[in-house]
Order: sequence, then structure tokens, then C-alpha cells
Amino acid sequence: MSLLEVRNVTLKFGGVVAVNDVSFEVEEGEVFALVGPNGAGKSTLFNLISRFYDPVEGEIVFNGENLLKHPPHDIAKLGIARTFQNIELFEQATVLQNLLVGRNRFRKSNLFSELLFLPSVRQAEIENRRAVEDVIDFLDLHAYREKYIAGLPYGVRKVVEMGRALAIQPKLLLLDEPASGLSVEETQDVAFWVEDIKKQMGITVLMVEHDMHLVASVSDRVMALADGKKLALGTPQEVQNHPAVIEAYIGTDDEPAEKVA
Amino acid sequence: MDVSQLLVSGLANGCIYGLIALGFVLIYKATEAVNFAQGDMMMLGAFVTLWLTNSDQLGLPFWIAVPLAIAIMGVIGYLLDLIIIRQMFGQSQVAVVILTIAIGFVMRFAAGTIWGHEPQSLETPFAGKDVTFGGVILGLDEVTVIISTVLLTILFYFYFNNTRLGVAMQASSQNQLAAYYMGIPVKRVQSLVWALSGMMATVAGILYAAKGSIDPSAGLLGIKAFAAAVIGGMGSLPGALIGGLIIGIMEPFAAYYIAAGYSQIAPYLLLFLVLVFRPHGILAQVHRKKV
Repeated sequence: MSLLEVRNVTLKFGGVVAVNDVSFEVEEGEVFALVGPNGAGKSTLFNLISRFYDPVEGEIVFNGENLLKHPPHDIAKLGIARTFQNIELFEQATVLQNLLVGRNRFRKSNLFSELLFLPSVRQAEIENRRAVEDVIDFLDLHAYREKYIAGLPYGVRKVVEMGRALAIQPKLLLLDEPASGLSVEETQDVAFWVEDIKKQMGITVLMVEHDMHLVASVSDRVMALADGKKLALGTPQEVQNHPAVIEAYIGTDDEPAEKVA
Repeated sequence: MDVSQLLVSGLANGCIYGLIALGFVLIYKATEAVNFAQGDMMMLGAFVTLWLTNSDQLGLPFWIAVPLAIAIMGVIGYLLDLIIIRQMFGQSQVAVVILTIAIGFVMRFAAGTIWGHEPQSLETPFAGKDVTFGGVILGLDEVTVIISTVLLTILFYFYFNNTRLGVAMQASSQNQLAAYYMGIPVKRVQSLVWALSGMMATVAGILYAAKGSIDPSAGLLGIKAFAAAVIGGMGSLPGALIGGLIIGIMEPFAAYYIAAGYSQIAPYLLLFLVLVFRPHGILAQVHRKKV
């Protein structure tokens, strides 16, 4: 059984079919990338999996559980963490606090034991802080731990958001354009981290990414989309050389050259 | 009149403004709407307590009536969000604001119909007594107001920083989308914010009624508390309390040193000055965008 199964999912916005009868499976322990031109439906598919939208048709099954039965705030509890294309952090909080909020799903104490700071709460707090420190070590965020997000540069925010997702200790990590807006060096860091997230932490990664170089270097399998439809699915090599994919990106040969110019 | 007495009576009033202002800020932060019924919730909370405890009404002991009234107003706040405010989801904030003004009117006239429009006094164990503190005679009611506010502030501090629900409230107010994917049920948390500000309004109402009398139009005090919230920096919890205290202390001093009428004008004059020179308030949470 696959970790994530998306079966015949369709979503329409008014008359526009954003995702058209798309099916794919993500196996446990792999890095799976979604690629395609702008407006292909990659982010929409992401938002469907994280329950931001309800599909008109189709099923999404995660770890044997019907995801469509769950509201968005259950997603973390089930073991899915995500990042956002436009970075959604808690701006008026420090890096450390942002990561600690990621531990929310592990907190089971009640209001009164928390106000009294009972030993059980204390123990859980130590545990949560240790887990967060591991993430800080992993992503090398030491320099920023007490800094407020509002004052941090874009590249660091991107890393913090990834860190917060890791603090959830998910089974499946959804990365929405992890390298967009990053420098070449920063993109290399992302490639290195994704590799480690897969190998050391055993977390399955599903990502949307435009940087084909990054996709080719880290993904096990790639699915190409265009106009809400699946074009091709396979290894990065296979997908890049697939005629339908080349057509979607570059256009067909029979188009008159003057039209392009 | 002694300066220290002016200060204490100003502080006591300021605490009440501050508590109402806290309610404004809480809801503003969580839902980005301003609840102009906050003052009327205070009035309603005071009347519910009066109904529970006054000897000509239900006549429950004061210390049973208080937690009961706070609980009742918590439920009312929760239901207000669940049944009415949530219907406005996705509408412009102006629409929500006007709706809360209407809710305030409904509360004012409902209270008037049930309990009458005449001022009534709440029977409390600390009414009309005096304490002497360092040679200064102070009203026990005023001292109670100040001590209660200090205790409540400490409780809130721990609540917002140390409890899961408190942190969830902060998280939802800073970024709803991110809060959802951290596993926080944002809609329920928002209803709980309304419940909390209803509870806080009740405490403010009890303290207000204990110092004098209560009538259905007492909720108009909310406008002054709103000024306090803006002065302190709309969106800052400590700012709301500080804004309330500043306004509260200004009033008796303005009345004593200038003329009685100035105590009513002074808070709005300060609001004006703050808006001109420090538009985001004293403890602003808005950072200028880096370019």
C-alpha cells in the first residue's frame, strides 16, 4: 500500500477545471516531485491534499485513512506537514517560538496543569524543546533562534518554515516550491537537506518545484502536469524526455516560427 | 483632595477601561474585526451578576454569583461568534463592525427591558467600606478593582505564554493559514476568544458596578475603552492595559486641575495626539516593511 494515494481527483473553479481526473501514488520513503508550467494545477493539487479545497470528484487516501473526512487542522495530527509558496510564518514571534508551535500536535496537557506547570507538563516541554533543538541543529538556524520573523531575510524565512514543518515530525512533508527565490548556494542547501530528510529522518517528501536541476538531483519520481492533466510520470530522466512534456514547455514543431517572434 | 487619592481613583477607573480595552484587542487580533459591543457585554455581565446576587433578585451569595456570571457570559460570547459572527465570514470588516454595533444596541435594550433603565447598584461585600493605607483613606471598592486587575493580568500573562490554548490563540491571530497546518482548529479557537472577551467584560462590569451603579447605557463606556486600546496600540495586549490606565489617571487630574468638563475631553485629545504623532499607538506591533 502506498503512503499517499490520489485517485481520479477533479476540482473546478467555476467553469475552469483546475485539476482534471488526476491519479498518482506516493510510496513511503521516496521524494516525489510535481512539475509543470504555471497554472498547471500543481499548487491546487497541494491544496487539495492539505484539505484547503474539497475536490468535486475523487478520493485522497493517506496511510489507509480517507483524508477527505478530515478538516485542515487534523492534517498535522495525521502526520502531514506543509510549507507554503508565499511563506506563512508567525511574524510577531521568534524562530524558536515558531518551531515550538510545530510541536502543538504532541501537547496533550490541559489548561490547569499548564497554568500550574505540573511535572508532567515540564517533562513534555523539555521533550518538545529537545526536538526543536534537533531541527535547529539540522538546518543550522542557531544564529536566528531568538530573532523575530518580521526582521529576517527571505532565504532564512524559507528555512524556518521548513524547520517548523520538520518539528511536526511528519510522515509526509509537502514542500511548495522550496527553492523559489533562493540563490544558487541556498538551493544547493535545500537539495542537501531534502536528501537528508529522506535518508536520515525517513520522511517521505512530495514537492512542487520549478527548478528542474533541483528536481532532477533529488527526486526519485516526477509527475508532469499541464492544464490540470497528468502528462507523464516516471524518473526525472524519463519525464524530461517525454514528448508530451517537451511539447507543453516548448510548443510543437508545426507552429510557424514567425508567430513566436 | 489629596493627589494620592486622585491617583487611586484614576487607577481604579483605568483598570476598568484597560480590561474592556483588552477585550477589544483580543477580538481584533483573533478576527481582525473590532467588536463595538464590548462595552455592552460589560454592561450585560454586570446585570447578569446583579440578577444572580442582589437580594431582591435571585439572592445567591456573591462569590457564587461571580463565577456563575462569568461562565454565563463566556457561553454568550461563544454563541455570539458561533451563531452570528461566523455567518459574516468572508464579508468586509466594516460589515462585521456594523453588526457588532447592532448587537450592542440589542443588548442595551434587552437589558433595559429585563432590568429597567434606571441605575441600579450591585450588592458587593466591599461596597461603601474604607481602608487606610499609609495615612490615606481609600475606598475598598477602588482597592479591590486595582488588586483584581493586577491578579487578572498575571493570570493572562501565564495563560498566553504557557498554555496550549493561549499559544493557539496567539498563533491563530498571527497567521490563520499556518495555524491550521500546525493542527490548531482556528474556528473553534476564535469562538473561544469571543468567550474569553465576554468573560473579561464581565469582570470589568462587576468591578465597574461595584464602584457605583449600573444602567443599560453604561456600555457607552466602551467608546472610551476603544480610545484606550488605540492609544496603547491596537493589537497589543499590554498596550491596551497601559492605554486604559493612562486615560483613567488623566480624567480625575484634568477635572481637578482644569475644569470638570475637561475630564471628558482629555482622553480624546490624547487619542488625537497619539494618532498624529504615533499612529500605531504607544506599544505598536506594526513594523515598517523593509524594502
